[in-house]
Amino acid sequence: MSTSKFKIIAEETTQPLAFNFNSENLAKAKKIIKMYPTNFKESSIMPLLSIAQSQNNGWLPKKAIEYVSNFIEVPEIKVLEIATFYSMYNLSPVGKFHIEVCTTTPCMLRGSDSMVDLCKKKLGLEIGEITEDGVFSLGRVECLGACVNAPVIKINENYYEDLDFESLNKLLDSLKMNKKVKIGPQSKRKGSEPVR
Amino acid sequence: MKKENIIFSNLYGKHDESIKGALKRGDWKDISKTLKLDKQDIINKIKDSGLRGRGGAGFSTGMKWDFMPKISGRQHYLVINADEGEPGTCKDRDIIRNEPHKLVEGCLISGYAIGADKCYIYIRGEFYNEAKILQKAIDDAYERGFLGKNILGLKINFDIYIHYGSGAYVCGEETALIESLEGKKGQPRLKPPFPANVGVFGKPTTVNNVETIAVVPTILRRGPEWFSNLGRKNNTGSKIFCISGNVNRPCNVEEELGVPLKYLVQKYAGDVIGGWDNLLAIIPGGSSVPLLPKSECENVLMDFDSLKNAGSGLGTGGIIVMNKQTDVIGAIARLAEFYKHESCGQCTPCREGTGWLMRVMKRLENNECTFEEVEMLEEVTHQIEGHTICALGDAAAWPIQGLLKHFKKDILKRIQKKNVA
Repeated sequence: MSTSKFKIIAEETTQPLAFNFNSENLAKAKKIIKMYPTNFKESSIMPLLSIAQSQNNGWLPKKAIEYVSNFIEVPEIKVLEIATFYSMYNLSPVGKFHIEVCTTTPCMLRGSDSMVDLCKKKLGLEIGEITEDGVFSLGRVECLGACVNAPVIKINENYYEDLDFESLNKLLDSLKMNKKVKIGPQSKRKGSEPVR
Repeated sequence: MKKENIIFSNLYGKHDESIKGALKRGDWKDISKTLKLDKQDIINKIKDSGLRGRGGAGFSTGMKWDFMPKISGRQHYLVINADEGEPGTCKDRDIIRNEPHKLVEGCLISGYAIGADKCYIYIRGEFYNEAKILQKAIDDAYERGFLGKNILGLKINFDIYIHYGSGAYVCGEETALIESLEGKKGQPRLKPPFPANVGVFGKPTTVNNVETIAVVPTILRRGPEWFSNLGRKNNTGSKIFCISGNVNRPCNVEEELGVPLKYLVQKYAGDVIGGWDNLLAIIPGGSSVPLLPKSECENVLMDFDSLKNAGSGLGTGGIIVMNKQTDVIGAIARLAEFYKHESCGQCTPCREGTGWLMRVMKRLENNECTFEEVEMLEEVTHQIEGHTICALGDAAAWPIQGLLKHFKKDILKRIQKKNVA
């Protein structure tokens, strides 16, 4: 049950007029359908919405929901229900870099609140907002499941871990300048090993 | 724990996680021998090893497998719960990205034992990169003939599919996971019928945690006695512990069950920030179990029964350490927020109760509560606990009950201070 602003269906003026899978995703989608028994078409809704979302720059327009529902021949309401229930589906536009800060207790104990503040200040955004140029958007998420590498943020599909003020500052600067950034722990350690 | 007994030797990803590296570490060794065993033999061996589920509930894995109907010719499913999201827990992620072949091999063996020829691995959508590594491991296993049709000429068929979740903690509950796999909202089902009779797609299903399945091949290779000699009676084997929060070196580590909590924190995590005496409390098994104050942490052992006796639980083995600089009320208030966010909305006590708990905890944190409300808070947690279909209601109630049990004095002191001021 998400309360994120990205879960609110975008206004008509933002909605694209059409949505179709590109050829690569069409092939993927056909493969996905074969994973499940033929009388359980609904099982494909989640994976299909995921690929639709990544094709559409990280959010699901109404046309994509309609498209998926036609694609597997299930009522549109069933697809919409899934899109609203699960927190990873966005129903309004997100930035090219969609930053999500984990703020659940293990991250909070290691300073995630100041990570949120830094993101807000640095990007000039509040939670649930997107920059005018569409480059950054900021959200808060519940436990990302990387607690021994806290604090953790997720940008699009990648995790950035072991953050502190300095490394997050640097990370955001690099993104602003479109520079490549290192995925994973920003400290010197590998994975979850017991050194810092 | 002795080095030679460690199961996950590549936990930190320092070695090659691909099939080449996995074979070198002994994965897939003797697989054809194992698959020639009688199905019931495998189940009995797992029973003898004393393996208990590593996902939180700690139910006997062998027994769970034995619940599956034994009539052949019917479609059975194995479902792997990789929807890891319990705050404080990050062990399955390391298995998936660094030891994927232990999981894939475990799926094949477990699936064979319960008579399933199809397996779905339900992985949380956030683990996108981890799932890619897992998919590569599955593809490589197909290529070597470890998966697919007529595996190793033994007339066994087995397919593994990865299903991505999309951000719902409640899908870690097995029947919610099944609903989600069927393309519905992740809302837990009433039991009975249990998944072993009516599971995914209406067919008998076993749902197991990643860690549980990933240790199965090693148990069978080294023998159930080897595993049952690790740890303590009824709490056998080793487990991955995740030590997070206010410690000097947060980390994941594999240790025998029954290891003292204090030893774990001091030896591997470089002690509490500010030293052991600066410890305030520890949540020993992921956010859903009650916290333990420092006095309890001194001698408690990390296993299912010891922690239960101490008034908490082993849960997933996610150890969240809080030192004296932590506002423990704030820390638990944040968990209340988590449960409010993750409640699926199906049962009224949980849907309404988690929101209520969150609001009162927030007010408690900001010192806007009265004495009466503290009593009411406790009462409400008991009205949620045990009155919902799944354990999320309990999980929301227990951290607050733990807080009230051990830190009530501090809460009342905070309110008193305000009244005086």
